[in-house]
Amino acid sequence: MTTTATTVATAESFALRRPLEVGTDGPKWLVERRISASQQLARLELPTEAAEEWRYSRVADLDLESFHPSAPAPTHLADADADAGAGITPGARERETSREVLDLLSSIGDRAGLVRTLDGIVTSIELDDRLATGVEIHAARMLDEQPSGLGELLGPRADAFTALADTCGADAVICTIAAGVHSELPIVVVHEVSGGVTADGLTVFPRAVVAVGRAAQASVIEVFVSGPERVLVIPIAEIDLADGAQLNYTTLQQLGRGAWSIAYQASRIGRDATLRSFVAAFGGDYARHLTQSSLDGENGRSELLAVYLGDGRQVQDLRTFQEHVAARTQSELVFKGAVADESRSVYTGLIHMHRGAKRADASQTNRNLVLSEKAHADSVPNLDIEENDVRCSHASAVGPIDADQLFYLETRGVPPEIAERLVLLGFFDDLLARSPHPGVATHLRRVVAERLAASVLAPVGITEDAGQ
Amino acid sequence: MTTLTISGLRAAVGGREILRGVDLEVASGEVHVVMGPNGAGKSTLSHVLMGHPGYEVLAGSVQLDGEELLGLPTWKRAQAGLFLAPQDPVEVPGVPIADVLAAALSAGGRDGEAALDRLLPLMADEAAAIGLAPVFLQRALNVDASGGEKKRIETLQLAALAPRFAILDELDSGLDVDALRAVSKRVERATTEGGDRRLGVIAITHYRRLLDELHPDAIHVLVKGQIVATGGPELADELERTGYAGYGEPEVETVHAAIGPDPFGGLFS
Repeated sequence: MTTTATTVATAESFALRRPLEVGTDGPKWLVERRISASQQLARLELPTEAAEEWRYSRVADLDLESFHPSAPAPTHLADADADAGAGITPGARERETSREVLDLLSSIGDRAGLVRTLDGIVTSIELDDRLATGVEIHAARMLDEQPSGLGELLGPRADAFTALADTCGADAVICTIAAGVHSELPIVVVHEVSGGVTADGLTVFPRAVVAVGRAAQASVIEVFVSGPERVLVIPIAEIDLADGAQLNYTTLQQLGRGAWSIAYQASRIGRDATLRSFVAAFGGDYARHLTQSSLDGENGRSELLAVYLGDGRQVQDLRTFQEHVAARTQSELVFKGAVADESRSVYTGLIHMHRGAKRADASQTNRNLVLSEKAHADSVPNLDIEENDVRCSHASAVGPIDADQLFYLETRGVPPEIAERLVLLGFFDDLLARSPHPGVATHLRRVVAERLAASVLAPVGITEDAGQ
Repeated sequence: MTTLTISGLRAAVGGREILRGVDLEVASGEVHVVMGPNGAGKSTLSHVLMGHPGYEVLAGSVQLDGEELLGLPTWKRAQAGLFLAPQDPVEVPGVPIADVLAAALSAGGRDGEAALDRLLPLMADEAAAIGLAPVFLQRALNVDASGGEKKRIETLQLAALAPRFAILDELDSGLDVDALRAVSKRVERATTEGGDRRLGVIAITHYRRLLDELHPDAIHVLVKGQIVATGGPELADELERTGYAGYGEPEVETVHAAIGPDPFGGLFS
């Protein structure tokens, strides 16, 4: 395979402030798309905290010059039966399947398919034909024509980072569920980020498009993992639900502590369609997850749930946009998080009732537990209402663990550190119980309990009697 | 046979002295009732015994068979054998009763571990005995429970944890007659069965009806942070006739205290 490169001229406003090589490997449409994106990128500035949706973020700390995009992708897919390392990008380093992924897969049990990516490149696609009739999964770089849905759903959320992904991204998981198909078992997509040969400063662009046909039903679980290396990850998921479609969609962000993640999840929900989305944001150094749910068809529904944890000096940054375009659409959002040590979380959410969204109903709830004096949580709900006949409600709370609950459990003979863990797990339990797959709930309960035991509670002050 | 001995207990809240020298001794199997007007310090007594962080102990001691409890953290007092059924049990979202009881039992060493194996069948039996719907065993602790159900849940926990002494802070509030009877019967059984492990009770109440159910050994009148009178059940009859006026309290408070369901809904707390 030969690879040539096109160098894009440096423009004054160029977000990267340096030339960028655009790979010319892959199908023609992909190369053209990259070149076009690079021209767009040349006109874009990086966002700043001055923009509402970047307020309280760490975007100003990002030194993009210290990152470089991942190496070009190979032109073939690894044989599913061969070694996991076969056919992957030369710069990527093999890694044993992480404990998180193994635990998740065993908790989930039966599945319709398993897709793996390494540094944003699809390395294997396993699909159980008997279980997944009508389900097609492809690596975008193997397709002769541009798959529909790719790059179509970001709308106003497209910015310099998504343009960077369009410019440098070499692949995407394209998952299509045909009309009327009911795929009950989940399709699991594991995105591994290796850190590359230099083990520092790699930028990767894991990407997925999920298109669910008319009246079809499916369940997709995306999980993101990386090692301790310093990496920049820009995941983009575009989710398109045709009329009457139903999708359970789960994102588990369990990246390592060296990772910066700036993630975009954009969905379009058709008439009578239902999206159930669940996000778990646990990893990363700075991890941002933007959720946009656009209810374009009458009677469309979205359920947007998220749980996030911060400790050490992590920042979990969550942005949501509930776009009600059509009449009688409904959305319910519940985001819950806990921050310990010196970590921080940001939640900003907009309910946007477009003109014409008559009788639409939206709710938004954000609750935060602040577990130490140096931890901090911001919670900012916003409304933009252009239609009269709508219902909106929002609730937001930031505070410490309830002292009365702790005392009450201690009067039963429960040691304080265990009481604290019970109350914290209890705080998240209603959300975990609603995760779209029971195996995911099991996995998350374990991860949350471990995190709380290991890092959240330790500094709070276990008494000398702990463990008796 | 175990003895809980409270002597010279003085305690303050927000710098104001509420308990001004309380002396009380309760042995296994005994039921002591503490009555008194609003603001006398009844609930303060229960919180101080359990080590609530909002209360400052100024002087005195609380001993369980000679072991001082006042220096211990709350959970160790519980492990030593104290149980507080609070007036208004706290809702703990997302935490099932069984998890709390299991955590308490497994923190209690070998005896607790042994009890853990029998926990679930025991909970089912106890729920049936006190008329608590089994659905509450699956739910989060006290969540979506009525006042009466919460008191039944307290009683269930008491039965499962088998403490040496229970402080029942207005166990009767929010209970209808049938519920009060069921709960009282269970508490009374704990005070009569179990030989040396019989339960000792300090019941704090405004109402005579709990006395009729619990058959107390002694009644104490707490006024302005001190026990000013101690007697048998006849003392309750006297209080019903004369109120706390004879103990330096205005008559108006005692009228409501004696006539049953609190007309001001929780005013006397």
